[in-house]
Amino acid sequence: MNDRTGLELLAPAPRAEKPDQPAQTQLLTGYIGQSVPRAGARRLLQGRGSYTDDLKLPRLAHVVFFRSPYAHARIRKLDLTKAARQPGVLAAFDGRAIAEYCTPWVGVLAHLKGIKSPPQHAVAIERACWQGEAVAAIVAESRAQGEDALAHVEAEWQELPVVTDMEDALANRSVIHPELGDNICFKRDFVTEGFEDAFARADVVLEETYGFGRHTGVTLEGRAIVADYNAGEHSLTVYQATQAPHMMQDIFSRHLDIPEANVRVICKDVGGSFGIKVHVYPDEMATAAISVMLRRPVKFVADRLESFLTDIHAREHKAKVRLACTKDGKIIGFDLDDLTSIGPYSVYPRTSGIEGNQVVNLTGGPYAHKNYRAKLNVVFTNKNLTCQYRAVGHPIAVALTEGIVDLAAHKLGIDPAEFRRRNLIPDDAYPYTFPSGLKFEQLSHHRCLDKLLELMDYEGLRAEQKRLRENKVYRGIGLAAMIEVTNPSPAFYGVGGARISAQDGATVRLEPTGMVTCLVSVTEQGQGTEAIFQQICATAVGVSIDKVRVITGDTGTTPYGGGTWASRGAGIGGEALLQAGKALRANILELAAAVLNVDKNALDVSADAVRDKATGEAKLPLAEVGRIGYFRPDTLPLKFQAELTVTRHYTPREYGFTFTNGIQASYVELDADTGFVKLLKHWCVEDCGTVINPMLVDEQIRGGIVQGIGGAMLEECLYSDEGQLLNGSLADYLVPMSGDTPDIVVAHVSTPTRQSELGAKGVGEAGTAGAPGAVMNAINDALVPFGKRVSVQPFTPERILKALGKI
Amino acid sequence: MDEFFDATITVNGKPVTRRVQPRQHLIDFLREELGLTGSHYGCEHGACGACTVRVDGEIRRGCLMLAVQAHGRSVDTVEGLTDSGELGALQQAFHERNALQCGFCTPGMLLAAQELVATCPDATRAEIREFMSGNLCRCTGYQAIVDAIEEVIATRRKGAPR
Amino acid sequence: MKAPAFAYAKPRTLGEALALLGRHGEGARLLAGGQSLIASLNMRLATPAILIDLNALPGLDGIEVRGKHLVIGALARHRAIERSELVARHAPLLAQAAPHIAHVAIRNAGTFGGSLAMADPAAEWPACCVALEATIVAASAKGERRIAAAQFFKSLYTTALAPGEILTAVEVPIAGKDSRSAFLELVRRHGDYAIVGIAALAQRSRDALSQVRLVYLGVGDAPVPARSAMAALEGQRATPEAIAAAQAALEQDLAPPADLYHSAAAKLHLARVLLGRAVAALAD
Repeated sequence: MNDRTGLELLAPAPRAEKPDQPAQTQLLTGYIGQSVPRAGARRLLQGRGSYTDDLKLPRLAHVVFFRSPYAHARIRKLDLTKAARQPGVLAAFDGRAIAEYCTPWVGVLAHLKGIKSPPQHAVAIERACWQGEAVAAIVAESRAQGEDALAHVEAEWQELPVVTDMEDALANRSVIHPELGDNICFKRDFVTEGFEDAFARADVVLEETYGFGRHTGVTLEGRAIVADYNAGEHSLTVYQATQAPHMMQDIFSRHLDIPEANVRVICKDVGGSFGIKVHVYPDEMATAAISVMLRRPVKFVADRLESFLTDIHAREHKAKVRLACTKDGKIIGFDLDDLTSIGPYSVYPRTSGIEGNQVVNLTGGPYAHKNYRAKLNVVFTNKNLTCQYRAVGHPIAVALTEGIVDLAAHKLGIDPAEFRRRNLIPDDAYPYTFPSGLKFEQLSHHRCLDKLLELMDYEGLRAEQKRLRENKVYRGIGLAAMIEVTNPSPAFYGVGGARISAQDGATVRLEPTGMVTCLVSVTEQGQGTEAIFQQICATAVGVSIDKVRVITGDTGTTPYGGGTWASRGAGIGGEALLQAGKALRANILELAAAVLNVDKNALDVSADAVRDKATGEAKLPLAEVGRIGYFRPDTLPLKFQAELTVTRHYTPREYGFTFTNGIQASYVELDADTGFVKLLKHWCVEDCGTVINPMLVDEQIRGGIVQGIGGAMLEECLYSDEGQLLNGSLADYLVPMSGDTPDIVVAHVSTPTRQSELGAKGVGEAGTAGAPGAVMNAINDALVPFGKRVSVQPFTPERILKALGKI
Repeated sequence: MDEFFDATITVNGKPVTRRVQPRQHLIDFLREELGLTGSHYGCEHGACGACTVRVDGEIRRGCLMLAVQAHGRSVDTVEGLTDSGELGALQQAFHERNALQCGFCTPGMLLAAQELVATCPDATRAEIREFMSGNLCRCTGYQAIVDAIEEVIATRRKGAPR
Repeated sequence: MKAPAFAYAKPRTLGEALALLGRHGEGARLLAGGQSLIASLNMRLATPAILIDLNALPGLDGIEVRGKHLVIGALARHRAIERSELVARHAPLLAQAAPHIAHVAIRNAGTFGGSLAMADPAAEWPACCVALEATIVAASAKGERRIAAAQFFKSLYTTALAPGEILTAVEVPIAGKDSRSAFLELVRRHGDYAIVGIAALAQRSRDALSQVRLVYLGVGDAPVPARSAMAALEGQRATPEAIAAAQAALEQDLAPPADLYHSAAAKLHLARVLLGRAVAALAD
């Protein structure tokens, strides 16, 4: 299982500087661990990428949606006659018309016990349940003409009671879906044995309530889909900016009643996703249905205003946490009561219960403790739908855990780093089973903490902080330790009945000229999936990296797989590719041995040729292997069949989730007069196992940290009491720009997983998981001289001024 | 109200003439009429900078300019400035430092960075961050972009050919 | 978000522009820099029948000294003002304010006159013009009219321009040798509309400040001169006591409404903080 013949894993080089090797470097010993620039980035740099909106097809029509202006209203009248007659309009459809071609769906999974949600249609029928829900579709020759026609839709509404406040929702003052009985989508209660007793006997119990503002992904490329139905063969080709093409293939097939193999989903370049584009959106389903109805290609691209109204939101929580510990600062347990509000429907197919469920699973994560109680309520409201967004649940679990830990440290007069040292699960305690039942294979909290403190010169910063406080300059240092779910097995979705694949496959093909093409079922949204696949494939087969081409995002050509989510691309897709590449290498050697009439064990493949293993002398260039295998098999032994294309699959099996760990630190300066916070610097030490490309990993971490900073400092979807989104534009919804973000130092510890040969864990979401907690702790550390704390994100000047008593 | 105007615009050095509706913004014109899909838009209200193009030598928000306003003027896009080599140094620095991930902001980012490098040859790191603060990137966290621009500025200051 | 259809005209002379404006009345919108107008068109917040493009009108983009005034043409771009040596020398307040306006790509296109005519209470130029006691020059079919900045900004997006009038230039009194200016603004992100901002001017002679002008942006429907605070500082040295008195007096001058993110109390508090910092800068 751990045969590493011909494969040398170089120690990952953690750095933020430019890589040493120029792009065309050919290495004999493998590319794993090298910061190779992405070949796939060149065309993007030239403006020669190919995003879904760039696509033009013959007779392409455009769909726009008439959207509910009300958060909750019955559709009393909907007349599309005038709109249908406007210049350029091809058709106008209401929800009933679309429902004849597209069946509704329900966002529930069996393993979230008791989760409930009503059926949701592609276009609403009878009732709109959030502001922005589509209630009619207008199809026109251009987007502009479609928008012109919207003004001619005649609609009459009967406003219904609006539920926006999560406590109101929980109290069922008004029930959004009377047939469900209450507003609770999902609830979960969990308690370990002896919990009450342990808390009652504890020396110290701390309590704090944390608030998290609802916010959203803001992908720069809006959601985009071109659906192309061919009536001649009852086939549907969908070009979609999605993370999970096979999942979408299944869903289009089942809901539009088109045989699965007749549906092909193709992902072009995707302009950012972060989980936003892994969900099923009603307007995208409607677009596909309309293509079938009109028998021509139809395009829909969500504009920015639509994005704010309808891209999934996330992270609206109010969580009360208690921590019990001894007077020496040893943690006894955690007690969590989390209330989170979602939209009026649970999103399909991954459900809107997962985020809250993750908070329950992950609270207290890095710390040794046996006692845990958790209570979760996920309630419906008449705001936009919510679902998984980068780091799902982790930003909340980490912030509330690290917040209460810092509070405990402060109250007991123990340095926060020391408090963590006393409580982080020891590095030799693995495998470790967590109170919520999760199993950790091997983590490295202490090594990471040590490295972080050294990297940031913790002692030096503390001294500087003390000195500056005397001059009324208030700086704060905040730490946040974290664990992160990566490389999930079917435990995440499959066990609940979802047709979401947790396995992935890779096909590797030697081309006649000696190049190698690989087709992999994991997808690319800019993180560099295709680049690391080039590195893995080149290393596994024995070719130079510029000989490798990677194809992803096409259900018609790649093996079947799960796509990209939950930080699984490198660990799962990468392992399948590694195995496929090694198998191809073995087949190449079989053929070469037959051609050269030598023992295959005396040969190896490296630097584009079959070579004598001992001397490195080239015996047969791969181009020759290709030529003979494809064009001259008549020269090979009679019974010998060359197999120069190999497919392998991989599923992580031993652990339901492959956990990683890391620790972040934030250094801030608070202006106590204005309540403004300047982020001075940020650090992250991350253990994601084998690092395939340090530069790409570090850039993922940085990008993730800045997204986390956005949620902590700036971003919030603000709704009125009537359920109207108040800041649905990029002028009013604030995302971090280059002037608002600090430099970020990244370093690594490496604990490869033993579940795969590659040993890679995931890392795409780690930055976002830990940043909000670190920033909150830094702000609260800066506030220490004032004896005040903040606990509701985003940490706006308004909230800080209130905490300081200045207003 | 649906009148059309004949607009002659020099795009990437070549004059093109098209009938345009007044309401069409420059980015839609470039993308739909000329197939120059390298220029993107992310908000159509001037906040994100994805649509940054160059008009008569200065960067502009392409989504806040009507195509008809470009009549008689010259427009440079990422495609043209790539082929002319003008963006070469920045593109190479961006590439080597992975100062892009999904690439959607990148054309606008490069156009803005090029104006910065050309007009502020002594920009400090803080000034680079401030100048570029009109271009939204959701993927990189900005640091690699700032690093790449800093490197190009430093190389130019040293007078090395790049 | 595609703009609704509209007609378009690009007059070659001011006379032509005025004639078009007269003919179309309320159905016409004037296009200068377009950085606000085109955004609102794209969002379908504006639905004009015709756009009158002023950018071909000659002689409206100058920045020059005429007698005791710095005359800035309506079509002078923000970026040109930001980089102008004449502005830096004769109206440094404008040079201090310019870098706060959005971002470079917007400043390359946006115009001085356009910003003033738009009268966004969170914009920088209107408050500066009120502080500088500038004069706005407007042209109509009847001729030219001069309007003092103090009377120009009436309410939210509302100016003293009459129907049929086009803003053509602004006359700014040239700064004297004792003139001091400071422009400060609080924003969550660089380039955002100000939460609160202050345009501050004074004459400084032997440490005492006189002719103190403090005009706020982002605190009401229009730029707000803080008259009580100004009075409290008139003739004073910028001592902590004088500043505190001015900050206390601010309550009489400002009743800022809350915005999406900040309560009225926060806005008033921030205005006080800015006052202290601005006066310290003037006295420096």
